[in-house]
Amino acid sequence: MTDLTIRGKVAVAGVGESVYYKRAQSPEPEFKLVLRAILAACEDAGIDPSRIDGFCSYSNDRNLPARLANALGLPELRFSNMQWGSGGGGAAAAIGNASAAIVSGSAECVVAFRGLAQGQFGRFGAGPKRATISGQGAYTVPYGVMSPAQTYAMRSTRLFHDHGVDPSTLKAVSLAAYHHAQSNPRAVMQGRPLTSEGYDESRWIVEPFRLYDVCLENDGAAAVIVMAADAAKDVTDTPVYPLAIQQGGGHRSGASVHNQTDYTTSSFKTVVPHLYRQAEVGPEDVDVVQSYENFTGGVVMSLIEHGLCSYENANEMLTFENLIAPTGSMPLNTSGGNLAECYMHGLGLQIEAIRQIRGDSSNPVEGANVSLANAGPMVEVVSTAIFGSEEALG
Amino acid sequence: MSGYLNPGLPAPVAARDGLDTAYWEGTRRHELWVQKCDDCGTHQWGPEWMCHNCRSFEVGWAQVAAEGVIYSWERPHHPVHPALAGQGPYLVVLVELPHADNLRMVGNLLGDPLQEVQIGAAVEVVYEDHPADPDRGISEPYTLVQWQVV
Ligand SMILES: [Zn+2]
Repeated sequence: MTDLTIRGKVAVAGVGESVYYKRAQSPEPEFKLVLRAILAACEDAGIDPSRIDGFCSYSNDRNLPARLANALGLPELRFSNMQWGSGGGGAAAAIGNASAAIVSGSAECVVAFRGLAQGQFGRFGAGPKRATISGQGAYTVPYGVMSPAQTYAMRSTRLFHDHGVDPSTLKAVSLAAYHHAQSNPRAVMQGRPLTSEGYDESRWIVEPFRLYDVCLENDGAAAVIVMAADAAKDVTDTPVYPLAIQQGGGHRSGASVHNQTDYTTSSFKTVVPHLYRQAEVGPEDVDVVQSYENFTGGVVMSLIEHGLCSYENANEMLTFENLIAPTGSMPLNTSGGNLAECYMHGLGLQIEAIRQIRGDSSNPVEGANVSLANAGPMVEVVSTAIFGSEEALG
Repeated sequence: MSGYLNPGLPAPVAARDGLDTAYWEGTRRHELWVQKCDDCGTHQWGPEWMCHNCRSFEVGWAQVAAEGVIYSWERPHHPVHPALAGQGPYLVVLVELPHADNLRMVGNLLGDPLQEVQIGAAVEVVYEDHPADPDRGISEPYTLVQWQVV
């Protein structure tokens, strides 16, 4: 069984982004942003773009591999892969699928990417404008439940009820993200710090979520280049190794009308055991955490389900002081994440986890060897990557 | 009767493949019908072509008592649909039906939108009838399943 793993066999050779814009502010179309992110990742990896022979994305990304390969003039396209649905829950999975393609011999240089120009294509969280609705939406939309925030707020309400988790944990997650964004030149919220009072006075989006509990909406693109470990070492001095990448959901996590068997979950409970087993590390080994914020309530559930804190100690662990780099005991979302860097549908969080291992984060955690980045919480299918240094490989 | 929410939200219509026709027809008669497996008796919601418990395709329908308990709730403030501009805060409840294998339904909690909501509180259905509105492209009347504290 030990051979059936990505661990030690692949490495991230490079990462790249377009400029990150506020929603609808991109002067360029989405496809062009994706090309810019891919070229930036190639430059970061020190490779010629013609080496790319595969593409992976998620959330039904509009920028098709054949068009990308054509635009880039690639000599051949060997692997194309889409992680279906579940929004940003596929961000780590896309890198995992790219890694799997390398290990299986299907390709040698695969780009995991995501492009999102919500000005060009409409808002991700907007409600339907048609006169009628059928199917799953018929049971929620006529009751005013249509946005992702409205879909997932009731899980946090129940989390507070079942486990005594305090809403102050949501606030701490938000304040830490904004704190980190202030030193990140890519962050759209750099220069827009958030105070404790600013959070408390912000408007409700949907109770229990305030404005600053909810992810941004942005235009941008990001890309991660995965190669065989040896090939990556030949081109870059800073290969970063996925120790494990796992995806999935538990029993009936895709049930409609809020009928998931386990309701008060980030959907990670079944994924995490596979993750740590493959990574050959435990939660106590994780030096820095990127936890996908669609909503801060999902972050709290995710951290608990990854074993990084517990239902019992979440209120003490999840404080602003504990969550900030470099001094906190669990530095969280050190780029600003989806709340304050850019809503790059979670791929930005994956890139930040990679940068933490390389040491070029704008909020570096010194000596970080093991770095975790999850994606999607509460959606049907979620995913998590654990990245490590050469030292972590052992 | 007028609705709990402002008019103009999408109107529910039965799925074209017939999966949930029995539910929507039931609501118009002011009856609550949900899926129930003919083979193993498991109640199932939302509707699907197979019973998730025994994988039978013989999934029928059963009328259930129009009552439950509040399992969770939220209070939307930000209008994400043009029809809700000017609505102000409103209450959404997730209601569990203990007498139907704890299946859950989403609806609005009638009454003061700023009321304090108690998880576990007993609630009952209030059927909210809406007429057809051909000018808006709504060709059939429909009925929403709303909830009020008992
Ligand atoms: Zn059955």
